[in-house]
Amino acid sequence: MHSLTFDIAHLLAGSLVLVSFMLLYQDRLYALLNVYALHALVLALSVAWQAYAQDAPHLYVTAAIALVFKAIIIPVVLHRMIVKLGMHREIETVVGIGPTMLLGMTLVALAMVVMLRVTAEADPLAREDLAFALAVVLLGLLMMVTRRNAVSQVVGFMSLENGLVLAATGAKGMPLVVEISVAFSVLIAFIVIGIFLFRIRERFDTVDLDALDRSRGGGL
Amino acid sequence: MSFDAVTAVLAIPATAALLLALLPSYRVTAYLNVAATLLTFLAALSLFFFGRPEPGPYLLIDDLNNVFIVLTTFIGFTTSVFSANYIGHELETGNLTPGVLRFYHAMYQVLMFAMNLALVTNNIGVMWVAIELATLTTVMMVGIYRTHAALEAAWKYFILGSVGIAFALFGTILVYLAAQPVIGEGINSMVWTELVAHAQSFEPALLNVAFVFLLLGYGTKVGLVPLHAWLPDAHAEGPTPISAVLSGLLLNVALYALLRFKILLAANPLALAPGPLMISMGLVSLLFASFMLYRRRDIKRLFAYSSIEHMGIVAFAFGMGGPLANFAGLLHMTMHSLTKSAIFFAVGDIAQVKGTQKIADMGGLTETNPALGWGLVLGVAAIAGLPPLGIFMSEFLVVSSTFARQPLLAIPLVLGLLIGIGALFLRLNAIAFGEPRGPTAKAKISYVPMFAHLALVLTAGVYLPGPLVTWFQNVAKLLG
Repeated sequence: MHSLTFDIAHLLAGSLVLVSFMLLYQDRLYALLNVYALHALVLALSVAWQAYAQDAPHLYVTAAIALVFKAIIIPVVLHRMIVKLGMHREIETVVGIGPTMLLGMTLVALAMVVMLRVTAEADPLAREDLAFALAVVLLGLLMMVTRRNAVSQVVGFMSLENGLVLAATGAKGMPLVVEISVAFSVLIAFIVIGIFLFRIRERFDTVDLDALDRSRGGGL
Repeated sequence: MSFDAVTAVLAIPATAALLLALLPSYRVTAYLNVAATLLTFLAALSLFFFGRPEPGPYLLIDDLNNVFIVLTTFIGFTTSVFSANYIGHELETGNLTPGVLRFYHAMYQVLMFAMNLALVTNNIGVMWVAIELATLTTVMMVGIYRTHAALEAAWKYFILGSVGIAFALFGTILVYLAAQPVIGEGINSMVWTELVAHAQSFEPALLNVAFVFLLLGYGTKVGLVPLHAWLPDAHAEGPTPISAVLSGLLLNVALYALLRFKILLAANPLALAPGPLMISMGLVSLLFASFMLYRRRDIKRLFAYSSIEHMGIVAFAFGMGGPLANFAGLLHMTMHSLTKSAIFFAVGDIAQVKGTQKIADMGGLTETNPALGWGLVLGVAAIAGLPPLGIFMSEFLVVSSTFARQPLLAIPLVLGLLIGIGALFLRLNAIAFGEPRGPTAKAKISYVPMFAHLALVLTAGVYLPGPLVTWFQNVAKLLG
């Protein structure tokens, strides 16, 4: 069971969770983008390995999308945008780094407990992949909740989406994976264009009472 | 069979979207928009007469989605009639430019295409992609006024909607994973009819987790509390025709997706019963929204919360299950869509006459603009559930079926309904009666769509035709 194929897939999926943790403690936007590029690179490797292990050539397309679009184009574009819009380079957090990391660990434990238990019958490769994928999804969500800058919320969403692509490629023989990853890339492209068009400079948070009041047309 | 209604329902909006994006004149495009939605509606109606295609790996027509398709295309058509009038006024006041309108019309058709695709597809992957497309188009329409508030509402909707969509995809992957050992790899493991046929041998634990993710994901789009935060903003800041389509249609389409997965879970005896989850989310939505109605000062926001309330009732009814409650849920959903879009038609015109959405700046509408004012009164009476209008009947059925099976649950249900009625009439009194406030200019308004909807709601409350009842009963049986 513990063949080399399995070990490498395991290693790559595990690294993705680790990089998700690295995203959690960044306090500069540029550094965050670099770590996100690393996240996408690990995803690309992981998907490519799945393509090789499952002998599913169409997954190479998904890997290529992850590599070119997510690891190169998106970070570069966001980087330029930060310069152009003169955004704050520091990341404002709602919860401190320490508690966030602790919460993150709890979420990873939760993901393991839930997924490993319910997939007892499934193929071990898919099973581990799925548990890691859920961990990445939950960590991405945690990041969206605990950050105030629009850009870091978007990075949180993109890392969440990487977790979904990992889950989709881990499910052996799942159809439409390439289509779904393309659909997601479109979604992300829209979000990134949205930041630029909407000129969301520094913070955009739904928890901030000021912002809420304004969007309610001045008072409840 | 030479005429393929299913293809037509998809192809007409797709072609129209392309045409509308290319044509420059907004007068022509407004008419073309109406014509295209009318054709789509006729194609949907013809599904009754031309027989249904066999379910394939991508397309499926059964009693359940037939209800949704006819309702969606009908309201899509009436809203386009309303919209043709509405945008004329927006152009005069300079809120929208002809260039933006071109985009608006094309997006309207893309939205219709995405909703129809989500409804007719038999493939849970395609369904997910279609709902994502519908979300993207509505996000862009919500932000179309480019004001600070509109952009903020669009962004909030975008982020919350994306998280919902991500959860729904994870749930979809899990369903595939549950199906794969039984059905095998490949496209068949994502085909809904295949899934239901084999559901009893799926791993129940995996299905349970999948349903929780799907409920959270698609539940965000239905606007169930506590996942509703995007809904009032999106309704209040976008153009009113879009508020009508959001409330009347998009919430239904997301609910439809949930219902499909509910049937899937019900087919597996060992999986958790989805009913109680939907009942509790429905009740919480109903109670929360009916209390929130009291604090609203913006007219569109008021009716957005009312939509949350009614989606809560519908989710509650479907969660109860059984022939009567399902029938009531289906009827309530139909009536709510018709009434709420009629109300939004009235609200759109009122906001244009008064030049504001603040309730405090409106008043005495029945005196200054009688047709509009009484239309709104009738609409609010209908949405509050007064007899003899359609919603009274469906709410009565929901309450009585609950009393018959779970009397304790009926108490919070009735309480929520009554609280909601109080709030609605309080606000209605301020808007429709009393001293006239604000500008009172007569607007060029087409009352036809609004009164057509209200007439349907009134008719349904008095008399439901036999074939319709049989049809709804069949669907109720299908829902289990």
